[in-house]
Amino acid sequence: MSTEPSKADVPIVVEFTGGLELLFSNQRKHRLLLPSSGEKGQPANTAFLVRYLCENVMKDKRKEMFIIDGTVRPGILVLINDADWELEGGDQYELKKNDNILFVSTLHGG
Amino acid sequence: MAPTPCELCKTTRALVVRPKNHQKLCKTCFINIFETEIHNTITANSLFFSGERVAIGASGGKDSTVLASVLKTLNKRYHYGLNLVLLSIDEGIKGYRDDSLETVKRNAVQYDMPLEIVGYDELYGWTMDQVVEQIGKKGNCTYCGVFRRQALDRGAARLGIKHVVTGHNADDIAETVMMNLLRGDLPRLARATSIVTASAASDIKRSKPLKYAYEKEIVYYALHKGLDYFTTECIYSPEAFRGSARTLIKNLEKVRPSAILDVVRSGEDMARLVPEEVSGVGKSGKDILVVEGEAEGAGGCGSANGRTSGGEMADMEKQLLENEKSQGNEMEITLKGQKHDRNCKNLNRMPRKLPKQQMGKCARCGYLSSQDICKACMLLEGLNKNRPKTQIQVSVERKTVIQR
Ligand SMILES: [Zn+2]
Ligand SMILES: [Zn+2]
Repeated sequence: MSTEPSKADVPIVVEFTGGLELLFSNQRKHRLLLPSSGEKGQPANTAFLVRYLCENVMKDKRKEMFIIDGTVRPGILVLINDADWELEGGDQYELKKNDNILFVSTLHGG
Repeated sequence: MAPTPCELCKTTRALVVRPKNHQKLCKTCFINIFETEIHNTITANSLFFSGERVAIGASGGKDSTVLASVLKTLNKRYHYGLNLVLLSIDEGIKGYRDDSLETVKRNAVQYDMPLEIVGYDELYGWTMDQVVEQIGKKGNCTYCGVFRRQALDRGAARLGIKHVVTGHNADDIAETVMMNLLRGDLPRLARATSIVTASAASDIKRSKPLKYAYEKEIVYYALHKGLDYFTTECIYSPEAFRGSARTLIKNLEKVRPSAILDVVRSGEDMARLVPEEVSGVGKSGKDILVVEGEAEGAGGCGSANGRTSGGEMADMEKQLLENEKSQGNEMEITLKGQKHDRNCKNLNRMPRKLPKQQMGKCARCGYLSSQDICKACMLLEGLNKNRPKTQIQVSVERKTVIQR
């Protein structure tokens, strides 16, 4: 058994807009300390962040408005430090200190 | 991971991946190409003429805000010579429209455009709050959608403006193509795909300059330009996304991003196959008849830019099942009261069976309508009689009476 002490949590900023903030206590900006490794000791990537947000930050019960089939539902954009997460490795991107992750819904009214 | 450079300027960090071709672009190059493509759509379709007064249907939401911003930019850059006005509809939904109207008011200042607000109460004698009080929350989006469509035209007419542009994007069109394809509604399929809808019976022309713009790129544009837009779900359609055709489109996009434009193009191709006497659409793709409240689908509330309002896929499945049960009764009456053959073997005969659409004016309000009383007036009649009826029941009843 490893008794290695866990590294320090990762301080990040998570923002919700385009209507998603309604699911997150109507608050756009959330400062978080993300555990530095996931449930199974894997690195803290955006896939883990999404699950973490769903379980720990999202108070709204309509989880399917944010997460479907274990990932962000289609129609929600994810930006990592202003760039489409596709450019940064998608849900495999490993979060670093002071990263800014923006979730934007495209599904709300025109 | 090293930053990905922009594929165009090769120097700046790419921030955007274009859904239609996976091109990776920096902020400046993306904004530039997005605007240029809309300019190309505008010129290729000769949407405007110099000196034209154009009303932008403005909800405060992302699509109409981006449309206003882009038109403002292009009007200046390419010397269109347009006189742009923001036109907003106040459905009378307390706490919802109030905030979005504030956004439009800020937009009017930011873009230096005059703003006109027209209320449902002054046009119809009913606010949406009052409608919901009478009929409940279910089905009220139909009222909102029908009222809204006329409201833009009436508002424009009041201003003496003959051209209304709306923020319908490629996702909206793809969704409408899907819905009308599943319904087998060829006339509406043809109208919904055309970029301009105009009519002999009304002097208001409508167009959709963002028709080929992905919703995803519209949001990127708004984000990267720091545009001020309003987002909230209409409080009267809380279930708006479940089982909606919208979800289907977004799922398709996830698997293959080009799918959205492919659906739009397929819709256009299919529309070309619809005989002119059925669609009312000229082969040029212009000078199109449009039936009030229909071009963008019957559903859809103001917040959702005319898009379908959820649950409609399930509703349709139910309807198709019922249709199959009543196969013995081969001819059925569709939503618009047209006879419509469900027998697949007769498919190529079908268009000839569809009656030509007669466009006239509503006997009550004078608004353009394919029936003697327009949809809005029929809905109002129901409301005013304090007899809640859905739109479908009303029109089928009416049609049945007429045919006897
Ligand atoms: Zn560039
Ligand atoms: Zn009427």
